[in-house]
Amino acid sequence: MADLEKFRSETRAWLEQNCPPEMRKPMTSDGDTFWGGRNTKFSSEAQRVWFERMRDKGWTVPHWPREYGGGGLDGEEAKIVRQEMAAIGARQPLTSFGISMLGPALLKYGTEEQKKEHLPKITAGLIRWCQGYSEPNAGSDLASLQTRAESDGNDYIINGQKIWTSYANYADWIFCLVRTDPAAKKHDGISFILFDMTSKGVSTKPILLISGYSPFCETFFDNVRVPKSHVVGTVNRGWDVAKYLLQHERAMISGMGERGVGRPLGQIAADSVGADAQGKLDDAQLRSQIATFEVDEAALAAAAERAVDLAKAGQSHPAFSSAMKYYGTELNKRRYEILMSAGGSDALEWESERSRGGARPRAWLRTKANSIEGGTSEVMLGIVAKRILDLPGA
Amino acid sequence: MALVLTEEQSMLRDSARGLISDKAPVSHLRQLRDSKDATGFSRDLWKTFAEMGFSGLLVPEKFGGSGLGCVEAGVVMEEIGRTLMPSPFLATSVVAASALSRGGSEAQKAQHLPKISDGSLLAALAVDEGAKHRPLQTSLQAARSGNGFKLSGDKAFVVDGHTADLLIVAARTAGAAGDRNGLTLFLVDPKSKGLAVERTAMVDSHNAARIAFDNVEVNADSVLGEVDQGYGLLEGVLNIGRGAVASEMVGLGEEVFGRTVTYLKERKQFGKAIGEFQALQHRAAQLYIEIEITRAAVLKALQALDADADKAGTAVAVAKARAGTTATQAVQEGVQMHGGMGMTDQFDIGFFMKRARVCQELFGDSNFHADQLARGKGY
Ligand SMILES: Cc1cc2nc3c(=O)[nH]c(=O)nc-3n(C[C@H](O)[C@H](O)[C@H](O)COP(=O)(O)OP(=O)(O)OC[C@H]3O[C@@H](n4cnc5c(N)ncnc54)[C@H](O)[C@@H]3O)c2cc1C
Ligand SMILES: Cc1cc2nc3c(=O)[nH]c(=O)nc-3n(C[C@H](O)[C@H](O)[C@H](O)COP(=O)(O)OP(=O)(O)OC[C@H]3O[C@@H](n4cnc5c(N)ncnc54)[C@H](O)[C@@H]3O)c2cc1C
Repeated sequence: MADLEKFRSETRAWLEQNCPPEMRKPMTSDGDTFWGGRNTKFSSEAQRVWFERMRDKGWTVPHWPREYGGGGLDGEEAKIVRQEMAAIGARQPLTSFGISMLGPALLKYGTEEQKKEHLPKITAGLIRWCQGYSEPNAGSDLASLQTRAESDGNDYIINGQKIWTSYANYADWIFCLVRTDPAAKKHDGISFILFDMTSKGVSTKPILLISGYSPFCETFFDNVRVPKSHVVGTVNRGWDVAKYLLQHERAMISGMGERGVGRPLGQIAADSVGADAQGKLDDAQLRSQIATFEVDEAALAAAAERAVDLAKAGQSHPAFSSAMKYYGTELNKRRYEILMSAGGSDALEWESERSRGGARPRAWLRTKANSIEGGTSEVMLGIVAKRILDLPGA
Repeated sequence: MALVLTEEQSMLRDSARGLISDKAPVSHLRQLRDSKDATGFSRDLWKTFAEMGFSGLLVPEKFGGSGLGCVEAGVVMEEIGRTLMPSPFLATSVVAASALSRGGSEAQKAQHLPKISDGSLLAALAVDEGAKHRPLQTSLQAARSGNGFKLSGDKAFVVDGHTADLLIVAARTAGAAGDRNGLTLFLVDPKSKGLAVERTAMVDSHNAARIAFDNVEVNADSVLGEVDQGYGLLEGVLNIGRGAVASEMVGLGEEVFGRTVTYLKERKQFGKAIGEFQALQHRAAQLYIEIEITRAAVLKALQALDADADKAGTAVAVAKARAGTTATQAVQEGVQMHGGMGMTDQFDIGFFMKRARVCQELFGDSNFHADQLARGKGY
């Protein structure tokens, strides 16, 4: 306990000294997120400084082992770093699918060689990853995917198409689900494989979203040659790796609403709807929506904290991240419905500088994907019903 | 602090669960209701509670108690919620014991707390006056009279008021309804002249009373805490009570949910278990998620109360608001998913629905607490 308190005060002091003031302000645009990768650029000097200091300390991923560029912290210490960063509003120095998705899967299923090859490049922000799971005919029913990987000596030859591949056009490498045994039952013939997006035969085509942004792509594989040593885990057992990764992805998505917390909703609303002499919002319905939302938001934050503590105590259910994903994403959608309602017609501006290029309505539209990406809300409820409640036939 | 029970707290839960499920399953409440029991709870069982150290759970050790905290009280309340056991635990051991240990003089503590610990004194807090919980609106008058005060006015929804040996009464010594200043808490003997207790039979077959005060004389020694400055004390005590009721709702909600999921697996229609229908599966999953999130919020509030009850207001508002809506959803889905069976008195589910409604109102419903949160944040 005393050690932890010491660690906390050291962490606080270090962050105070090293986190530039600009990096303590709420993020306001996509460019504020640093993704790393071969072709990446820093959007500001402060962003570069902050990233490099955190990287050198091993704190781009505080809880990964030191040998892979992590901070080697245990659960309690990592929680303290998160808490102290939150306390000063420090931004994540590096965001990536390598950290939130591939890394955990490699740590569990990868060979030592694979870990040594890929993890340090993730923590150092050198390689940016994308996720090749979904296909045009394999969405919720992911296991019906058809992208083929055919054996050819020491390699696989990969053919097929992925869709909704987030940032495929910016990514350096892909972690991809492919069918290695077409004769087996659908869950049993899938492998989890890694390859370079600059490999011959890989092409991407961006898709425009309702928000006007284009963060994801159709991704095509035309006779892409990949060494067999790039399979993670056992050949044809890729579904295990895929599911394990999804647990981490869902935990990450469920927390999205907690990030970027700026001014309280009640104050934002007061700007446009006004308040009475006691400071009560002039729109009683909106006020009660906000209050109920904030009750649920605080409760979700407690549940997220408890989920981590339960996992540490070995008492958590592996499917619980689906429960959190469901609630967290539905809540984030509520937040933005409230923000739009609070903003009134101001929140409808799509292009002006005043509206920062329509930041709010675009963000609002973006949240609608939260309950789709990483598995839809309906799929999450199905998982809870089947795996946690053990209901029949689910 | 980790948001999970410690080993000691888990052991406490196991022993409370063992006792309560054995001695006071839902049939115990049913029997008390059907026999129109005059006390409304089992005094024998209360003795056992005292022997096991539960009645003095929150009482400091020097007054014969266990000196434990709100998390532990919540653990016991949750088990009480699972079987809907009527018990003086909430009014006496949680609310009154907290009021006395937080606000009492040494003499008041020495007089009452040991008796709470050994189970020989039952107490009740009288706050509400109207149909809704509005502690700031307290208007029962306490007029100075000689060395003491004279109390006049009416109290309602006084939990265990009909069996209390000691009443803790919120009264106005100055100011007007709505003012923070001018509230004072009094320790009042229910046998005092001018005091009339009417037991109110409630929908949930638990115990409450209306109490009328007609110039009830109390002396200056009966003031709990400070004259005119009682609101802070009251609020802290109410928050402890709210955390406890929220725990009870977590217990009852989870119990109803467990029974409902079991029923979904057993009941067959259209040639299969109704739990196979996705319409029900998704609702059951949503309810599970609500319950888990509420459980975390309630534990968070209980820990906050133990850390510093005066700073736990927001966490408690969140917990009580969430517990109210979640328990309501649990009992509604519970009855609905049991079909016609859920509507029968013979089936226990209805008892849970009734108790959840009472717990909603007790110490402020979900709307009250969401409003508290909004006020706290200044909008
Ligand atoms: C912004 C965004 C980013 C994404 N990024 C990636 C990425 O990087 N990599 C990647 O591989 N994929 C990505 N996806 C794809 C995402 O995982 C899929 O969209 C998702 O799994 C749903 O599949 P689908 O779109 O085919 O919908 P469908 O599966 O066709 O679902 C349509 C509707 O039917 C419902 N439904 C389906 N099955 C059931 C059922 N059994 N019971 C009840 N309802 C059901 C769904 O819930 C949904 O409402 C992304 C998606 C979005 C929106
Ligand atoms: C007050 C009262 C008065 C009544 N009066 C009469 C009367 O006068 N005459 C008479 O004949 N009957 C009467 N009934 C019976 C009533 O019609 C049945 O209770 C009702 O049809 C439901 O059947 P059940 O109770 O067997 O529930 P179940 O069919 O067992 O249903 C249990 C739960 O499963 C759900 N469920 C069942 N099948 C599905 C499905 N395929 N998909 C999704 N969910 C499903 C139900 O919606 C319900 O929530 C009365 C019932 C009540 C409560």
